[in-house]
Amino acid sequence: MFRHPQTTPKGVETDDAIRVQLSVNGEPLDLDLPPWTSLLDLLRHRLALTGTKKGCDHGQCGACTVLVDGRRINSCLKLAVSLDGAEVTTIEGMAGEGGALHPLQDAFVRHDGFQCGYCTPGQICSAQGLLNEGHAQSREEIKELMSGNICRCGAYPNILDAIEDVLNDRVSEPRMPE
Amino acid sequence: MRRFSYSRPTEVSEALAEAGGEDVRFLAGGTNLVDLMKENVERPQHLVDITRLPLDRIEEIQSGLKIGALVLNSDLAHDPKVENRYPLLSLALLNGASPQLRNSATTGGNLLQRTRCYYFYDVATACNKRDPGAGCQAIGGLTRLHAILGASPHCIATHPSDMCVAMAALDAVVHVESATGTRTIPFEDFHRLPGDTPQRDTTLEPGELVTAVELPATRFDRHYTYLKLRDRQSYAFALVSVAAAMRLEDGVMTDVRLALGGVAHKPWRDRDAEALLSGKAPERALFSKAAEAILADAQGQGANDFKIELARRAIVRGLDQAARGTPQSVTDKRIA
Ligand SMILES: Cc1cc2nc3c(=O)[nH]c(=O)nc-3n(C[C@H](O)[C@H](O)[C@H](O)COP(=O)(O)OP(=O)(O)OC[C@H]3O[C@@H](n4cnc5c(N)ncnc54)[C@H](O)[C@@H]3O)c2cc1C
Ligand code: SF4
Ligand code: FES
Ligand code: FES
Repeated sequence: MFRHPQTTPKGVETDDAIRVQLSVNGEPLDLDLPPWTSLLDLLRHRLALTGTKKGCDHGQCGACTVLVDGRRINSCLKLAVSLDGAEVTTIEGMAGEGGALHPLQDAFVRHDGFQCGYCTPGQICSAQGLLNEGHAQSREEIKELMSGNICRCGAYPNILDAIEDVLNDRVSEPRMPE
Repeated sequence: MRRFSYSRPTEVSEALAEAGGEDVRFLAGGTNLVDLMKENVERPQHLVDITRLPLDRIEEIQSGLKIGALVLNSDLAHDPKVENRYPLLSLALLNGASPQLRNSATTGGNLLQRTRCYYFYDVATACNKRDPGAGCQAIGGLTRLHAILGASPHCIATHPSDMCVAMAALDAVVHVESATGTRTIPFEDFHRLPGDTPQRDTTLEPGELVTAVELPATRFDRHYTYLKLRDRQSYAFALVSVAAAMRLEDGVMTDVRLALGGVAHKPWRDRDAEALLSGKAPERALFSKAAEAILADAQGQGANDFKIELARRAIVRGLDQAARGTPQSVTDKRIA
């Protein structure tokens, strides 16, 4: 599905590297990783999975949100070596067979849940995490439980519309500009 | 980030055997440690990844509930035993950080997270906590997040945790283990005031691992609240927070618990103020008196002077919410 350079990056002594097994979007990988590699840098730099975004690199924006064993985390603050044995799902792993859009992707498109799109992969992975958790029922609850994802374009009302649709298994009319 | 070596033991004894050196750190969720390593504030040469240690359980014990150091903040917040008996703790946890961060953050890591003082984070500035004897650039600088109680001329930082404020109110006990044995630390003695050694946040000794936090059996499931006031309504550290819990019998308050966050180098409890409230009927005038007593020695730093009045009002409102049995909602941000 994607290419990943298995050679050790330049400047890294081989004995610094630690053998780690990860499943990324369903593909099992054996990786030799220096321990200071964040999951985010592993995804973007070594696995060329650039859908996951780096906004702040400090846990403050949510752009790097991915699912680890079905739970959403900030990949920028997680050392990849500490996830040995885990299953990671990124935005690239959300679509279905033949590239069919995931219901959240479809809802984000219908509701225009973005402007520049930079926060969107994190928003969608975070929303999937929220659905997996099952703690949000109302719009207010979705709002609070999506507060770990900042959207600098301010697409919040549309993002909420999209998630509310998927949570309630419905297709509502997109809001119109006033 | 500087380079470091890494190990991932599966037994507590193995982890303890590697601990103790000045340049060794335990890695739990990493949400604070990795952040500080990126800023070069923390520069460990060796990380002991403790995430595979068998400390991830919430156990029923005779004296109460024992929460393993590796229990995730999100799991703790939603544990039915915690929700039923100590909803104050659930509420405080759900007011902290974000859902993603709570999915990584652990009980032990939350206890030991470091201050969010801007100068502590910026290695280009002087900070006694980072570099003992260097001076404190926060004094006379940006102090919005800084202390109004218990500060010293050496450090005016605050402890940023929400979870810890609830645990302080609940009289939690911290269980620790080192290569030489185990001991327990009452929660109030765990975090410390800065004095002239602000480099020490807690009374934990080098090489000691937090293994669990114990909550006494006494449940506070009716009269409690966690009221957190901050610059935005979610995903922000507290300017001031109040954890309040009590029992009400025949219209009289007993066993009153009150802890403040965002105001000091540790969760702030004032037993005298609690005693003042105990045995009396809940009334606003009395709550104001307690607030006055707690804040009698409060001192602002200029930019955070407003926190004294904010704390006063938060204490009164928090006690009122607890007495009425109407805890602050996490989703509805209006303060009733
Ligand atoms: C953007 C952002 C916003 C946040 N907002 C809030 C907030 O509003 N409220 C709040 O309360 N918190 C907040 N946090 C902080 C968060 O709660 C902490 O980072 C987290 O609880 C730390 O837990 P951890 O397991 O990730 O610790 P780590 O980062 O792994 O470790 C932190 C420290 O504890 C030590 N340690 C960890 N476990 C043990 C143990 N068992 N024994 C001994 N030492 C140990 C480590 O060596 C390290 O020094 C926020 C964090 C971020 C990044
Ligand atoms: S307040 Fe404390 S942590 Fe902040 S700069 Fe001063 S010494 Fe450092
Ligand atoms: S890049 Fe991870 S939270 Fe911003
Ligand atoms: S769409 Fe631009 S940041 Fe959210």
